[in-house]
Amino acid sequence: MTTESVSKGCFVFKPSTKKKKMTFTAADYFGEHVKDSKDSKVRFETYQTLWQQMKSEAEKIQEDLNRKVFDSLLEFIRKSHSNLLEKMDEWRHRMRATEIPAAALVLGVNVPDHAMTFQILSEQLRESVTPYVVSLEAKECQGVKHILQKVFGQLLGHSIRLEADDETDVQPHPAELRQKKMLCSLASLADWYTSVKRKTVSVMPGKKRSSPTAGHLQTPPVVIIFKDLESFHAKVLQDFIVICSQYVNQLPFTLIFGIATSSMTIHKTLPHSVSSLLCIELFQSVSCTEHLAAVIDKLVLTHSFPFRLNGKMLQVLITVFLYHDFSVRNFIKGLQLCIVEHFYSQPLSILCCSLDEAENRTKNLTHEKCEMIRQLPSFMRYVENQEPEKQVELLTSDTFLKKEIKTLLRHLHNYHENYIPVLRCLHALTTSLPKFPLGKQIRELHSACLERNVWESEEYTSAFQLLRMMAKDELVAALQKCCDVLKTSRVKQQADTLTKVEEFIDQLQKLDKIVEDETVAQKSLQKKTDLYQLQKTLLEMKDSRKSKKLSKFETLRLEVLDFIDSIVRMHLKPPEVMPLYEVVYFSGASTLRKHLNAAPRIALHTALNNPYYYLENEALKSEAGTISNSAPDICIAYKLHLECGRLINLCDWLEAFATVVAAASGVDPESDLVAGQVDETIHARFIRAVSELEFLGFVKPTKQKTDHVARLTWGGC
Amino acid sequence: MMTSLEHPGYPQDGLLRLEEKLLCRESQVSLLLSLFGELPHALVSCVECFTSRMLFEHILNKLQSYVTSSEISQSLYISCDSFSDFVRLFKQLISHQDLKNQTVYIVLDKAEQLREMEANLLPGFLRLQEMTDANVTVIFLTEIVWEKLHPNMGCFEPLILYFPDYSKVELQKILSHDHPSEYSAEFYAAYINILLGVFYTVCRDLKELKHLAAINFAKFCEPVTKGEATESDTRKLWKNIEPHLKTAMQTVYLREISSSQWEKLQQEDREAGQLKGLSAYAHVELPYYSKFLLIAGYLASYNPARTDRRFFVKHHGKIKKTKFLKKHEKTNNHLLGPKPFPLDRLLAIFYSIVDSRIAPTANIFSQISSLVTLQLLTLVGHDDQLNGPKYKCAVSLDFIRAVARTVSFDLIRYLYDFL
Repeated sequence: MTTESVSKGCFVFKPSTKKKKMTFTAADYFGEHVKDSKDSKVRFETYQTLWQQMKSEAEKIQEDLNRKVFDSLLEFIRKSHSNLLEKMDEWRHRMRATEIPAAALVLGVNVPDHAMTFQILSEQLRESVTPYVVSLEAKECQGVKHILQKVFGQLLGHSIRLEADDETDVQPHPAELRQKKMLCSLASLADWYTSVKRKTVSVMPGKKRSSPTAGHLQTPPVVIIFKDLESFHAKVLQDFIVICSQYVNQLPFTLIFGIATSSMTIHKTLPHSVSSLLCIELFQSVSCTEHLAAVIDKLVLTHSFPFRLNGKMLQVLITVFLYHDFSVRNFIKGLQLCIVEHFYSQPLSILCCSLDEAENRTKNLTHEKCEMIRQLPSFMRYVENQEPEKQVELLTSDTFLKKEIKTLLRHLHNYHENYIPVLRCLHALTTSLPKFPLGKQIRELHSACLERNVWESEEYTSAFQLLRMMAKDELVAALQKCCDVLKTSRVKQQADTLTKVEEFIDQLQKLDKIVEDETVAQKSLQKKTDLYQLQKTLLEMKDSRKSKKLSKFETLRLEVLDFIDSIVRMHLKPPEVMPLYEVVYFSGASTLRKHLNAAPRIALHTALNNPYYYLENEALKSEAGTISNSAPDICIAYKLHLECGRLINLCDWLEAFATVVAAASGVDPESDLVAGQVDETIHARFIRAVSELEFLGFVKPTKQKTDHVARLTWGGC
Repeated sequence: MMTSLEHPGYPQDGLLRLEEKLLCRESQVSLLLSLFGELPHALVSCVECFTSRMLFEHILNKLQSYVTSSEISQSLYISCDSFSDFVRLFKQLISHQDLKNQTVYIVLDKAEQLREMEANLLPGFLRLQEMTDANVTVIFLTEIVWEKLHPNMGCFEPLILYFPDYSKVELQKILSHDHPSEYSAEFYAAYINILLGVFYTVCRDLKELKHLAAINFAKFCEPVTKGEATESDTRKLWKNIEPHLKTAMQTVYLREISSSQWEKLQQEDREAGQLKGLSAYAHVELPYYSKFLLIAGYLASYNPARTDRRFFVKHHGKIKKTKFLKKHEKTNNHLLGPKPFPLDRLLAIFYSIVDSRIAPTANIFSQISSLVTLQLLTLVGHDDQLNGPKYKCAVSLDFIRAVARTVSFDLIRYLYDFL
């Protein structure tokens, strides 16, 4: 660079702003491997809009589910202090100890979901109860000092923000800042609180615009949220509560304990002397399985989103949830991953959007895309079943194909529209059965239907056997539930089904009279007292029942079930039979599994055992079981160490290493080894390889034996 | 026993007022009075002031508020870092007109906390008079005996004033002192008598008893307000309140349900059983593999490592219990508490008790650390997580049995103690 300066010296050059850094957005990565970048852009946008919809839906679900517990919690916090303040003079309140109101919020073990819950909670608190909300996490609070610092930071930081908003005092209050720097004690916090309270009271009446403090109380409580009670140091927590209790009259504290396990934790962490300072009430949030059911219900079992999961994918996601983490957030993340992966890897996903949009896009399909469609297995199957002339047309004419695609897409859409209400009906019928042959949760039934023709499965047959034995009122109740489900769907075909089901219910209810007649007949039987007579009539009745045709109810029941069976067979086909199903169904189960179930040990083992797998260098290709001498040093050392026991002799290891390496360089190994001397470079390489292995956690130095290291892994990997 | 409060230096009516405030503490108060003069003092809680700096500043600023002369502006905050600073500043303060001829008191509440702070604090405060060369008295309030507080060297023995526990009679007197205005003193005293009869065995804390008295009194009065009994009908009242107090002991006293919930229950006249206490939700729902990991952890904690072969290898041959183990291993492991075990052993047991084959994925490992954050497993000893960490299982037998039942795992068959 040049300057106009005549003197020597250092000059600072700011980088010119013109040169823009090449930053990749997510969209750019999307089209990385695809020639047709415009196409990939469209796909990316489709993905984004779809995901935004699903995300907002998921958020809404969580909000709805939490509403009940949050409402009661907010009510508790609102009341906790106002109660005390009102009746201050009464004898009872003079006598009783001033306890700190505390809420034990039991959230379940799905810790990853808690962050979201607490965020919503503190937002709601800020909105409607108090501006003073502090949330604490155990890892930030190693001592009472840290807790107080956090409390100070969040409370005063907030008040400074508020003041800046009001523009009455743009400069942060010097006194407050000084306090923050000097000492964080509750005494100064109490002073701050009284000063703030006085200020708001004086400001309040003259206020014109609606402020965020509108819904707040006169003396807003200071809410302190302990996000993870289990991880807090018991001593720290106890001290903090003791200190708080000394100031509770000046500073209306309210504590919220976020508990992951069970409320017993409170008794475990706090001794009676401390817990007697608290006034604890319990709040239980929705269980994570309920939450998951709601999410599946709204995001998966709906036709409002074009994207669909196939049976295996759903299975993978649910397995991760049930077997590993119970985290709904991770489930939704997994779902997002599926969507991204689908739009990224499947070029035809461009048609995975709302029906109208898809029809529009079909018009603009390029020739290559049409070829791709022709190669789809489901489409090929479809073509094979067509007339020969039509086959030729489909395979040669793009315009004809496009027309056909439109109808097929419409079929697919109709299939989904019908599938879900029928699925729900079947679920409604089978949930009340003993032992749940078709699953207790609708998601189990759904994945069963996705995998194969559900009516061919044993479970389905046994479920229908049980249904055939159902009592009348049970059947009516179940059918009533079906009606409710069908009423919500607005598909035309389902309207027919609905009328049919309603008819059945009607008929069943009319049966009542007939049944009553029969019971009358039985009652007349009871009058007979003669034993012989009674036996005779009973036998007669038994015979007649055997031979007798089914009662009216039974025939009707059969009719109902046959009807249900027919609609199941019609609508609950697995998606694979639908042509073009690949467009909306994501089926990369192995990709998903690879991403969600990270296996670090296996990956490490593969990398060290078979370096070709990752490096893809032809020279490294080797047969299983042999040690390639051209492999990186660490791989050779690793392979040699696999052959050893729990303790490894370093000297032997080194010799083996030297032999392998020497074979590579073509030097006759014997010449060196005879002298008992190893080449210094090889020695150094070996030492480095061993220390790398130690760093990776495969070996560690041991004091049990000199010149040995201990092996830390067992088994093959 | 009852010494009346008398001291030559003080006006009679002031003393009487004091006596009313501090029931049953006449002898102690009079002793204190003989030591104290007027009271410029600083009361500090050592729990609240957890650093020496906060302690010093708290004391100094408190004393400063007694200085009214204009030399020092009131708002100026004294900051002080070390003990020598404290002594210097303290001397400055004391030399002021207002404090010059008086004794200054520093009261350190919960003084046992001082042991955990800097080593020079306790001896320093004990010798404060000597160091500042001023008329100052330091009072330590603590619940433990002086011998346990005693620093090793360089301290003066303080004058120890022992406050004995209140006796039952004294408690009765104190509690019945402040009765509600609607009812007679005798009526309230009878109530306190019943209350103490129930709670005296478990609780002597005056504050707590006062609290319990306050929240249960409404129930006691109920027959009277309803007109079913008169104030003198002690037996009837006792019958009414006694079971109620016993439930209170099991619920509200243990903070199983909160005081306000308790009061609400009384108003609505429901049984306490309807409201589930904190312990009612002891059940913990865990992911499937976490359950097995926890069971594996429990087995590893309570079985001797040498017995693993017997439980988890199929053809282990017969091993007799008595011959096989060393003597100390014969004692019941459940009485000894959980033992630490390495991660490898946990995983080995885990893989042998889970039916299906599972890859050692990151999901499995992260579940172990999740269990640690939930305090169901605890990490033992060193912080070196990478190098063969050791864990302990921190759950009870009942808990783990409930968990094992949900995955239909016969836990008892795998526990050495129940063989």
